[in-house]
Amino acid sequence: MRKNDLRKKKKDNSDVNSVLLRRSIQKWTPLFILPTFFCFIIGFIWPFLQGIYLSFCNFNTPKDAKWVGITNYVKAFSDPGFGKAFWNTAAFAAVSIVVINVLAFAIAFALTQHMKGANVFRTVFFMPNLIGGVVLGYIWQMIFDAILKQYNTYITANATYGFWGLVILVAWQQIGYMMIIYIAGLQAVSGDMLEAAKIDGADGWKTLFHVTIPNIMPTITICTFLTLTNSFKLFDQNMALTGGNPIVTMADGSKLKMTEMLALNIYSTYNINKNWHGVAQAKAVVFFILVAVLAIAQLSATRNKEVQQ
Amino acid sequence: MKKFFAMLLALAMVLSLAACGEKKDDTAETGSVYYLNFKPEADQAWQDLAKLYTEKTGVEVKVETAASGTYSETLTAEMGKSAMPTLFQCGNAQGLLDWGDYCLDFTGSKVLGEMTTSDFNLTDDNGAVKAIGYCYEAFGIIVNKALLAEAGYELADIKDFASLKEIAEDIHARKDALGFDAFSSAGLDGSSSWRFSGHLANMPLYYEFRDDNVTKQPAEITGAYLDNYRNIWDLYINNASMDKTSLTSGTGDMSTGEFKAGKAVFYQNGTWEYAGLVEAGLKAEDLAMIPIYCGVEGEEKAGLACGTENCWAVNAKASEADIQATLDFLYWVVTSEEGTKMMAEQFGPIPFKAAKESENVFFNDANAYMANGNYTVTWAFNHTPNVDAWRAGVVSALAAYSADQTDANWEGVKTAFVAGWANEYKTQNG
Repeated sequence: MRKNDLRKKKKDNSDVNSVLLRRSIQKWTPLFILPTFFCFIIGFIWPFLQGIYLSFCNFNTPKDAKWVGITNYVKAFSDPGFGKAFWNTAAFAAVSIVVINVLAFAIAFALTQHMKGANVFRTVFFMPNLIGGVVLGYIWQMIFDAILKQYNTYITANATYGFWGLVILVAWQQIGYMMIIYIAGLQAVSGDMLEAAKIDGADGWKTLFHVTIPNIMPTITICTFLTLTNSFKLFDQNMALTGGNPIVTMADGSKLKMTEMLALNIYSTYNINKNWHGVAQAKAVVFFILVAVLAIAQLSATRNKEVQQ
Repeated sequence: MKKFFAMLLALAMVLSLAACGEKKDDTAETGSVYYLNFKPEADQAWQDLAKLYTEKTGVEVKVETAASGTYSETLTAEMGKSAMPTLFQCGNAQGLLDWGDYCLDFTGSKVLGEMTTSDFNLTDDNGAVKAIGYCYEAFGIIVNKALLAEAGYELADIKDFASLKEIAEDIHARKDALGFDAFSSAGLDGSSSWRFSGHLANMPLYYEFRDDNVTKQPAEITGAYLDNYRNIWDLYINNASMDKTSLTSGTGDMSTGEFKAGKAVFYQNGTWEYAGLVEAGLKAEDLAMIPIYCGVEGEEKAGLACGTENCWAVNAKASEADIQATLDFLYWVVTSEEGTKMMAEQFGPIPFKAAKESENVFFNDANAYMANGNYTVTWAFNHTPNVDAWRAGVVSALAAYSADQTDANWEGVKTAFVAGWANEYKTQNG
């Protein structure tokens, strides 16, 4: 009897829910949150607010900021380089989301089919993710240059090479990471359901499209979300691989950096001279809003497709 | 709840006390020096000198060096911190535009009184001395005379572009037999490209400005001497071991390495390379620097390209104590035995009264050309608007041209050079 009582107690968590304990937890919660909250304010909220303020200022360092109103935003939107960078980024995001997710899913699917050495493969595929973006950028630059040299050209010779080079680089880096998430999702698909599908006469493809994929929709949501935001925020790989090159100078002298993406464009705008610091800051605010809106839209779109297990 | 508040208050008290404690340290009476150094090759010498000064006087001197080609970014980042540099580099029109507010007026300072010339100083419109040129430099084509002799030539054989071309092409043709090539590689990676988008580009800019009497930053340029630029660039890349399509991955170290290892006779760079070359085992008597010949009429009478981008500025926004400490440190650097010795070794003849003789043979070459009555090529590229962006455009076009040396591709270089200049001028002032 006693034993039974104990088990019962454990199950309903009544010891944690006891009034005595709950009250003191509630009482001390703010104190325990405080350090993290404090760090969050210093490391995120404060710089973020200051960044928004600075986007309306002309400044060299944050200490000598002068309010100039929306001039910076006007300059940012009239910069053709910014528009170019946006379309580069959008194209890159569209391609890399598809490439990364399809390949990551395919590999994950293959590696969950009880094949020999699956663990070794998982480790190997995950490894590129452990190398930093700048290092990868330079390494791949050498690889591409070595290959393109056979055809008397080089990676920064034209925008197409740079674009696809970046797609290959980022896919190589991120597929392993997404693969791990997909594997976790695939392993959570209940075997009963797959067995039921088999008994009902569904073939491999049908099972994949009508049972497996609907069941891992939450995983797909996470992975597309991550690849979308990663693509938009891409910076170090872009800088190290092409640095925005080739630069095409138009007849009127205006320049277009053919492989420059948004984050790199913001960075190079900042470095023009002090009159452009505020413009870069304005671009960064626009960039933030863009990424936030896209990510939220995409999240809610894929969430709708998720099914209850 | 009471306990919670008591706890919170106690925490607040401890934190504010800690804050007080920190503040006290900040207002220490002796200031300190923080130098953001521009030249990676002089980093070690500055570190050693700083240590020595601290040992002697107890004043803390911190020296940080920005990575090659990233000085303005590093300076911007460092200036935003509360412990900002007290001494920094402000070397051209662009520097003054960005950092003029931060530059202390040197007028009346002891270190300014030690200077022998004000030619290299930067002054603003009101005559305030905003930055002082602490050294000058010369660049040209560095020659390994021993290798040149091995190939059957001597320095006197090179008198102009035509003779340079003849010799370089002959050496390149016999490179397998000789075991070395004419030019060290002309890499266009960021660590090397400034030699061509900056220094080599100075040649067409200098001659154009000379003809047009340009003394201030012009809004537009004509590119009248770009054919000469093409001459010399073609000579560099056609007579070197590096593949012309992979120049974009060629670094400065690769080029220096080839020259140090005796794999190339010619290497375009400046006086600042001297210490490194000698350290690498090249003999001083085998080294010489000749002007960059590019086929301009009358260039037999050219000298080396002399000027400076190396100007010290003291941070006017630093604390009084730090400013004083910095000025004292500078005075010590240009007057003390140790300081002047280091300056002579690293920077050659410096424009200060106590300057030591330099062993740098390249400076002797520069002086010899001047003594012979040759004209000095001044640093016209100091007028470049929005300099990093302009150079990036030129480098990108140069890379495209090098991979395929057609007239059409050279038009791209011209556009980047001329139209790019006008555009960057607008951007800079826009």
